[in-house]
Amino acid sequence: MIQQLKTGVLVIGGGAAGMAAALSASRAGVEVTLLEREEKTGGVLNQCIHHGFGLQFYRQELTGPEFAYRLQNEMAQHSVKIISESYVRHIDTKNKYVEVISPEGVFTIQAKAIVLATGARERPFGALQIPGDRPAGIYVAGLAQRMVNLENTLPGKRALILGSGDIGLIMARRLTLEGMEVLGVVERLPYAGGLTRNVVQCLEDYDIPLYLSHTVVEVRGRRRLERVLVSEVDDNFKPINGTQKWFDIDTLVLSAGLIPQVEDLGENLEIDAINKGFAVSNTCETSVTGIFAAGNNVAVFDLVDYVAAEGWIAGQNAAQTVQDKKRTSKRIPLIRGKNVGILVPSYITPEEHLRVYLRLRKPMDKGTVVLKELNIEKPFQYGVPSEMINFVVNRDKLQELKKPVRIEVVE
Amino acid sequence: MKGHITCTVCPVGCKILVVSKPNGEYEISGNRCPRGKQYAIDELFSPKRILTTSVKVLHGDVPLVSVRTDAPIEKSRIFELMEKIKSISVEAPVNVGDVLVRNIDGMGTSLVATRKVEKNGSPLENCQISG
Amino acid sequence: MKITIIGGGIVGALLAYELSRYAVDLVVIEKKHDFGLGVTKANSAIVHGGYDDPPGSLRAELCYKGNQLYEKLAESLGIPLKRIGSFVVARDTPEEMEKLSELLKRGEKNGVDGIEIVEKPFLEKHEPHLSKEYKYALHCTHTGITEPWTVALAALEAAEKAGAELLRGDGVIGGEVSKGNVRSLELESGRIIETDLVINAAGLYYHEVANSFGVSTPQVYLRKGQYVLLDHKASTMVNSVIFPLPSEKGKGKLVVPTVDGGVVLGPTSENMPDFTPEDVSTTLEGIKEVIEAGNELIPNIARPNWIVKSFAGLRPETQEKDFFIENSNTLKNFVTVGAIRSPGLTAAPAIARYVIEEILEQRMSLDLGRQKADQVRTLKSFRVNESDLKEIAARVKDDEKYGRIICQCNQVSEAEIIEAIRKGARSIDGIKFRTRAGFGRCQGGFCTWKIAKILSRELNIPLSEVRVNEEGTVLFDGKVRV
Repeated sequence: MIQQLKTGVLVIGGGAAGMAAALSASRAGVEVTLLEREEKTGGVLNQCIHHGFGLQFYRQELTGPEFAYRLQNEMAQHSVKIISESYVRHIDTKNKYVEVISPEGVFTIQAKAIVLATGARERPFGALQIPGDRPAGIYVAGLAQRMVNLENTLPGKRALILGSGDIGLIMARRLTLEGMEVLGVVERLPYAGGLTRNVVQCLEDYDIPLYLSHTVVEVRGRRRLERVLVSEVDDNFKPINGTQKWFDIDTLVLSAGLIPQVEDLGENLEIDAINKGFAVSNTCETSVTGIFAAGNNVAVFDLVDYVAAEGWIAGQNAAQTVQDKKRTSKRIPLIRGKNVGILVPSYITPEEHLRVYLRLRKPMDKGTVVLKELNIEKPFQYGVPSEMINFVVNRDKLQELKKPVRIEVVE
Repeated sequence: MKGHITCTVCPVGCKILVVSKPNGEYEISGNRCPRGKQYAIDELFSPKRILTTSVKVLHGDVPLVSVRTDAPIEKSRIFELMEKIKSISVEAPVNVGDVLVRNIDGMGTSLVATRKVEKNGSPLENCQISG
Repeated sequence: MKITIIGGGIVGALLAYELSRYAVDLVVIEKKHDFGLGVTKANSAIVHGGYDDPPGSLRAELCYKGNQLYEKLAESLGIPLKRIGSFVVARDTPEEMEKLSELLKRGEKNGVDGIEIVEKPFLEKHEPHLSKEYKYALHCTHTGITEPWTVALAALEAAEKAGAELLRGDGVIGGEVSKGNVRSLELESGRIIETDLVINAAGLYYHEVANSFGVSTPQVYLRKGQYVLLDHKASTMVNSVIFPLPSEKGKGKLVVPTVDGGVVLGPTSENMPDFTPEDVSTTLEGIKEVIEAGNELIPNIARPNWIVKSFAGLRPETQEKDFFIENSNTLKNFVTVGAIRSPGLTAAPAIARYVIEEILEQRMSLDLGRQKADQVRTLKSFRVNESDLKEIAARVKDDEKYGRIICQCNQVSEAEIIEAIRKGARSIDGIKFRTRAGFGRCQGGFCTWKIAKILSRELNIPLSEVRVNEEGTVLFDGKVRV
């Protein structure tokens, strides 16, 4: 009764990274199966109905659903097998063997290579340790976005957004357009967590205040949310006495960060301590040969274009594994130096171009990214942690590489 | 007179400095691409935005179809156009790129569907919501 | 004879379950929208060893008995019970060693077997992540963990199958008394319940309920316990229930594995200045205290990334610090089962037996009719999470909804959610407590809307009427497009 399937590349997750991986692997000529947990592929793109996607990947500005639609169409043309509403119960990474539950039945799948494209989840309210009551009316931004954009429901009448991540900023505008009153966006850092363009287009356009260095310190409401206490915070995020102010709201939307979904996908895969995602090389390979990872389960990216591009590379390399093309498993560490926060990749495989994505630890008016061992200096202006610095190092420069490479940002 | 404008053409978010010169022209700096120059001028004289939202679908597998304007519309008219959009509905099926409202702003801008909606329901659909 | 139990928490539920073997008519009245959501919901979920309670107290008498009765309960109600054992840990100082041996003596006085003081090598072997400061411990092998609300729900399900009537979302507001007997109870809904016997098991409200019938009981005050729930990953660091040495304020702040693989830290022990039985709010200090105490026992267990949520529960306390289980002097047919503080969860099965045998049969000389040979058993619900792939495949073949996983964190299928609704879930929390859907690391971020839609469809109510728990806790407020 358990069906036994075989495939070349198995892609787990049908968001931007997974779709791109499935597509590139399929175009390389191998058999591809994609496991999607929802009814349809697309992931969070389906509910990101705003525009601003695709400028790099498609050279055209698209909305989320349009971006997804293109990848879906291309997947259909390249006969990617999709198992929707499927749940991965167990992965044996060493043997590339997976157990899957779906309404269609229960499967085991023997693959030759696996691409993990499981994305990220939102940090839930409980993890923020905000004291007070536990009323209804508190939503992670993705849930609120899904309700409004796909389910035709409104969460409430008066909202406050906690956290200025992109999805929080987008939801501030979205709820305003749909007639809710958004009293502000509260951010505990002294700068916004999302892209500057979103601060401008989602908040400034609609006169929604952005409270930097502020946070919610108490939640009140017996049944539905009634009010929250907002306080200014100092450099250590400690509330400053005398700055507290109550906001009467029935809706609190949280945009307090994304967490790579790496759990239950194989204990033996190395996790990058800072990114909190799979530690991959520039071939998108994890610490286990033949297991690749791309997208927000590697590190939380700022643009879906980067996620899709990484998925594409992961798919290509997974296909090569299946086709037994000679690949090296050389992994030279790429080490964080000064001012470097999130950094992809964690390792360098010299045969592939090195695409670097990094987030600064703090905003910098100007600075230079330095990779001393590779003789590379990349100056930049107006760098902020919310926007990744991204550049490519040609593989020709990597050929002689033997020792770890340090990457740092100097002012 | 001078002012900073944050360019939103692309995610880079250039801080563009606009300085008005005595001859009535503007000196523009800080943009890393030519599009930024045009943006800064537009933003000063007639700010425009792409509007994205949803339109009600009748007899579809989902209740809403996401839409966008096919060109930027005047920022000051966003709420006026939202009212118009709230009042309309379309019959399923809908395809990506379908023009749902032609010339919605009187300036030649159309409202275009950005997702596909099939007819009828899926297992979790058909939940009514009180109005 | 018709017996009315006020309160559908674990005490009322197990009483109903035990009484359903007798020739009596039973009604259970719960004021909240669902059963087991008061004191039962937020506690340490421990089936205690029984060594800690003051010898001679009712607590001591019923705790160890209750612990032993859980074995059979688990079997007939299909409830989770894991006897993972416990350690009360002590540093190598004369004071702490003294306290530890006192505890051992107390346990022996209470007639508790299976306890001994163990030394460092044993402790290290069993709890390698325990702070190196602790050199000795009182080890109790029969300490267990369970899921309190599941116990209450399963017991009520069995009672209902045996004929009990279960009412909820309806509180008692008064009643008719004549000739020293309660004749009937009046409910918020206006319904009148005629009754021959009233058992007041109203949890935090036992004093209020008794008062309203002119029955005097010990004055209640509330004690709050705040907890922090940790991710499943934390369970790699602890195997048993870890207690610090007990103090005046109680058993202290613990580290407790949960039956579904998480870890709970806490509780605080705060006396509330007023009677505020609905106030289960948390405080910054409380959360901090619990986290620090957890890290003191098991260093680095409460790391920020592992904190899933914080919550608080209240328990009824009295000056006497003991259970109050008495039939009234003034009303002939009124029994109060009150002040069920710690170890109430453990003692609950024994409390039910005590009420029947000591109070109803002995003291009140009631004839409850002949006991039925067997109690109704409840069939444990099928859980995808706890089944092997073959069993799941067989289920999916018959019903595809077993293959549609709604809660990805805890692996809960659509079929399980529908079954929970069939068994009485009426809210998001009702589903959560019956199936664990939404209890995982994403805390419902991915599945809340799906569960809301299933509730809407199965109960045939609009989405705007889907609630998180009590009336007014709605999630949806109108439509985007009408």
